[in-house]
Amino acid sequence: MVKTGNGFSDLAAGLLYLLPSLLLFGVFLFYPMIRTIYLSFFYTDPQGNPIAFIGLENFTYLLQSEAFLNSAKATGLFVLYTVPAGILLSLFLALIANLKLKGIGIFRTLFSSTMGMSVAASSIIWMFMYNPSIGVFNKLLNLIGFEGHQWLLDPNTALLSVALSTIWMNTGFAFLILLGGLQNIDEQLYESARISGAGSFYQLRRITLPMLSPTLFFITTVSLINAFQTFGQIDILTKGGPVQSTNVIVYSIYQDAFVNYNAGSASAQAVLLFFCILAVTVLQFRLGEKKVHYQ
Amino acid sequence: MSLMKKSLLYVLLVISALFMMFPIVYAVMISFMQGGEVLQGKLFPSSFSFENYQSAFQQVPLLHFLMNSLIVSVTVTAGQLIVSSLAAFAFVFIKFRGRNTLFFLFISTMMIPWEATMVPNYLIVQKLGWINQYSSLTIPFFALAFGTFLLRQQFKTIPYELFEASQVAGISRFRFFWKVVLPVSKTSMITLAIYSFLTTWNMYLWPLLVTNNEKVRTVQIGLKQMQSQEVSSEWGTVMAAAVIVVLPTLILLFAGQKHLQKGLTQGAIK
Repeated sequence: MVKTGNGFSDLAAGLLYLLPSLLLFGVFLFYPMIRTIYLSFFYTDPQGNPIAFIGLENFTYLLQSEAFLNSAKATGLFVLYTVPAGILLSLFLALIANLKLKGIGIFRTLFSSTMGMSVAASSIIWMFMYNPSIGVFNKLLNLIGFEGHQWLLDPNTALLSVALSTIWMNTGFAFLILLGGLQNIDEQLYESARISGAGSFYQLRRITLPMLSPTLFFITTVSLINAFQTFGQIDILTKGGPVQSTNVIVYSIYQDAFVNYNAGSASAQAVLLFFCILAVTVLQFRLGEKKVHYQ
Repeated sequence: MSLMKKSLLYVLLVISALFMMFPIVYAVMISFMQGGEVLQGKLFPSSFSFENYQSAFQQVPLLHFLMNSLIVSVTVTAGQLIVSSLAAFAFVFIKFRGRNTLFFLFISTMMIPWEATMVPNYLIVQKLGWINQYSSLTIPFFALAFGTFLLRQQFKTIPYELFEASQVAGISRFRFFWKVVLPVSKTSMITLAIYSFLTTWNMYLWPLLVTNNEKVRTVQIGLKQMQSQEVSSEWGTVMAAAVIVVLPTLILLFAGQKHLQKGLTQGAIK
């Protein structure tokens, strides 16, 4: 056994190497998190300084406020619209891009391309596609004899439209992760299945999906968390409107903090967002772990 | 595979590719159109004109914004590589009390949504006098738990005996880190670099908060500014700007797709 220095110097060295990370996490993550929780119990001035301790009043006010409940509903619906559909689409693309065909690399590159697209640029492109008079969606509708639609201005379709563009934006990343998961599956499993005469669907159900479950589990969690954190596409496409139908929680936090200058209420919403994401993560691990098949 | 099945799969692949690529191709097409063609809702430009690209550079300081984004992205990438690799080294090669606790603390940072901390973060940056400074766009992002994990995974493949032997030979820890660990982990470092650059270049909410003039404003915010000013009248110009903005990251993604996929899968599953 080689001695690699005494305990104290190891501790000092370890901390020294970790110092930049710890310092940055401390200043820009842990302290702000604690500060957010702290501010959520206060009434604040427009500069964001706490003025008066009001306990849970920010929270009770939020839970009774129609605007907040509406924003919670918009967030919930947004998650519901984007997560399952996004995962199914990415899974489908990953499955067909995992085949051993000539030129498959090109398709893999094309399918992953939205990962390189920024939210700002993507949103602007989709905004044009949704344009009532010159966008492609209404042109298509007109072509088959329907009237055009105000996709982003109709409260009934605005959130759905933003969700559709978001699914597209997120597909590249989810596709890359799922493709990686598929490529990690041992080829021999398929070979022995083929020898015993199992069909493609049987292989998908009995080999691919179980073996892919850790990856699916991971991408589901990440997609859920991402959906809760949506901001850019809302800011560009709808600004929370029409009639608050797309005012998801992060947009609502942004508005409260930087437009209405109410840091207390914004902090209370941020705390709720934090617990939402924490709950999703914990729930995912609890439920997921039972069903996930690890190699 | 039968020929029939093969061609069917190719059809499926092509349809999917058309579906996924449509918005991008559509944007490129519009960026080459003249005003009238855009308003008619055409799909293809009658001739490819670079006018929109010219006017995109003329109407907003796009080049300046691109430079800002480049400076910010390169700085964050370098910062994340340095800070994460140092932390990962400590977690793999330095045995000290409380290491597991600290590692758990790192894991826990992934649970905190960045948006939940943005109000105090903004106030901190404001107090530091960092509004409209590169520092606010870069320094808060140097520490990255994901990067630390990715590199820790890689560093673990280096035999610990090698480290012990180097210690016996009197080689300092830092020298071992610099001369052995980093060079053999080049692939993982490149993966992380691509990831860092992509995410920083595409950042939106934070640059929106901490920049309010053109000095350090990034290209994403420049794009939003342009879109809200121009809309209806000059879609061609806005699209040309959007194409310019996504070009660097698309090229990077295409060049590093294999690396990125491998790295992300590693970070995700293991």
